[in-house]
Amino acid sequence: MEEKELKNVKLLAAKVRRDVLSMLQHRGYGHVGGSLSLVEAYAVLYGKQLRYDASNPHWDERDRVVLSKGHAGPVMYSTLAECGFFPKEWLNTLNDGGTRLPSHTDRLKTPGVDATTGSLGQGTSEAVGIAQALAVKGSKNYTYLFVGDGELNEGQCWEAFQYLAAKKLSRCIVLIDDNKKQLDGTTDEVMYNFDLAKKMESFGFKTQVVNGQDVEAIDAAIDVAKQNAETANCIVLDTIKGAGVPYFEQAVSNHSMKWNNDEINKATDEAIAKLDEEIERGEA
Amino acid sequence: MFKLAEDWGTAGRPYRDAIVDTLIDMMKDNKSIVMLEADLGGASGTLKIQRELPEQFFECGISEANMMGMAAGMSSEGLIPFTHTFGPFASRRCFDQVYLSGAYAHNTINIWGSDPGFTVGANGGTHTTWEDVALMRTIPGSVVVDGADPVQTEWVVREFAKTEGVHYLRTGRKSSYKIYEEGSTFELGKGNVVRQGSDVLIVTAGQLLKDALEAAESLEKQGISTEVIDMFCIKPLDAKLLLSESAGKKAVVTFENHGVIGGLGDACASCLMEAGVSVPFKRHGVTESFGQVGTADWLQAEFKLTAADLEETVKALLA
Repeated sequence: MEEKELKNVKLLAAKVRRDVLSMLQHRGYGHVGGSLSLVEAYAVLYGKQLRYDASNPHWDERDRVVLSKGHAGPVMYSTLAECGFFPKEWLNTLNDGGTRLPSHTDRLKTPGVDATTGSLGQGTSEAVGIAQALAVKGSKNYTYLFVGDGELNEGQCWEAFQYLAAKKLSRCIVLIDDNKKQLDGTTDEVMYNFDLAKKMESFGFKTQVVNGQDVEAIDAAIDVAKQNAETANCIVLDTIKGAGVPYFEQAVSNHSMKWNNDEINKATDEAIAKLDEEIERGEA
Repeated sequence: MFKLAEDWGTAGRPYRDAIVDTLIDMMKDNKSIVMLEADLGGASGTLKIQRELPEQFFECGISEANMMGMAAGMSSEGLIPFTHTFGPFASRRCFDQVYLSGAYAHNTINIWGSDPGFTVGANGGTHTTWEDVALMRTIPGSVVVDGADPVQTEWVVREFAKTEGVHYLRTGRKSSYKIYEEGSTFELGKGNVVRQGSDVLIVTAGQLLKDALEAAESLEKQGISTEVIDMFCIKPLDAKLLLSESAGKKAVVTFENHGVIGGLGDACASCLMEAGVSVPFKRHGVTESFGQVGTADWLQAEFKLTAADLEETVKALLA
């Protein structure tokens, strides 16, 4: 990544992280952990890799993005707002009655959202259908599928992966958010800490494991995936649930949190202030 | 306009031939129409589509949930997906995918669930569905059809491709009975009065239409003038027709190859009750039973879904 691109992607990441914290604090609750773990991946996509036109969200030549772990809506909404898909004022309407930004991503409500997700596992098949349809139409566009590590408990994910691998739909790039926690505990406590890379490789995916909070590593991995047209592609993002803010990283249960005490509000205020400074420096 | 065939009740062409040939005909003209199959192409006949139009056929393997989700994704990219698997797998097994990835997300999925009810035959209880209509009716905006014969089914398949949404068609695969003349046309949301009568109204759908007509003929000979409605489109229900034809009748009986909970009978009962119609009424269908194995004819008799069983119900209600 060139220096200027790197600077822009990092700046976008700082803005998205700040917006995620700000909108959840404003709402008073929400899926913070799994939103923060994906900040860098979203920044790389929308800051560099993704083909899109914010003024024309249904542009036929766009790349598609499916957030199968739909509860991480805040990271997608923050990114879309920062990239001009809709006014930033919308962010504080999260989960309001009649909002365009529901708790789980909805293609009918939010400009820039390509699939309706939330019932875990279902976005995987929707993404496969989108990628298959694009292939039928001879499109060269990519479909990026974000799926959670906990979500992989769902059998449907493996049905979808089986199809992607068998049909070698290389332009559907699977990004697994391996943040190692789910609602009831760590992924190991709830089920088992499978070696996700090995599982994906055994299905026939070209699989890369990268530090999911490292924008350069993510970017390089996407470049590699784009070069591989022979097999399905997977990038396991080794992430931290609640990434970028020590308070949230260290919280034992950080899938969904409530802003109902001084400690969480203070930690959020401090993190936002720090990110604001970083953004100011980045924009200077 | 529809017309009963002169030789109604005789053997018709297999439903699957009518459906597959119709799809191929449509798909040749419209490359946006695609077929997704869950490893039952040999049973449904859709492998013929794979042979003739391989670029429009997608073998999803034995993964119904993924197939329905894929269909939804393909719809969001402007394709018109048709899917097939056996009725229970097309409804029970992947209901949430049809509901959310399909209907909730405003994606189109045309679903052919084959071998409903007793038509399952030798595949037996695990492959039997007495509840697919009930499930599919609950989906907002869904269209639910039980095809009476291949002529009507062909018309339905063509119609499904013209509108968006979740559309569910249940029919047998192999045998069928002729009911309508070739070229008959229908209307989704409109029932057909296929036989006039003044004493009793029978409302039915699907392959049982033949048995209902036979029961009506027999009842007529016994002095009971019997009207028969083919309510092939169970949802949206033709409430107007049901209410107008129920008026003045001594009894109304619904007759379905389905459980009595949530099916055609319940739909008609709700309609009549809400309109304040008070008439002796009976849902003739399957009650609190799982499926089992046997020939289709044996199962039809075992679950008391024959013309003779219907006749008894009518007479008991009038007694």
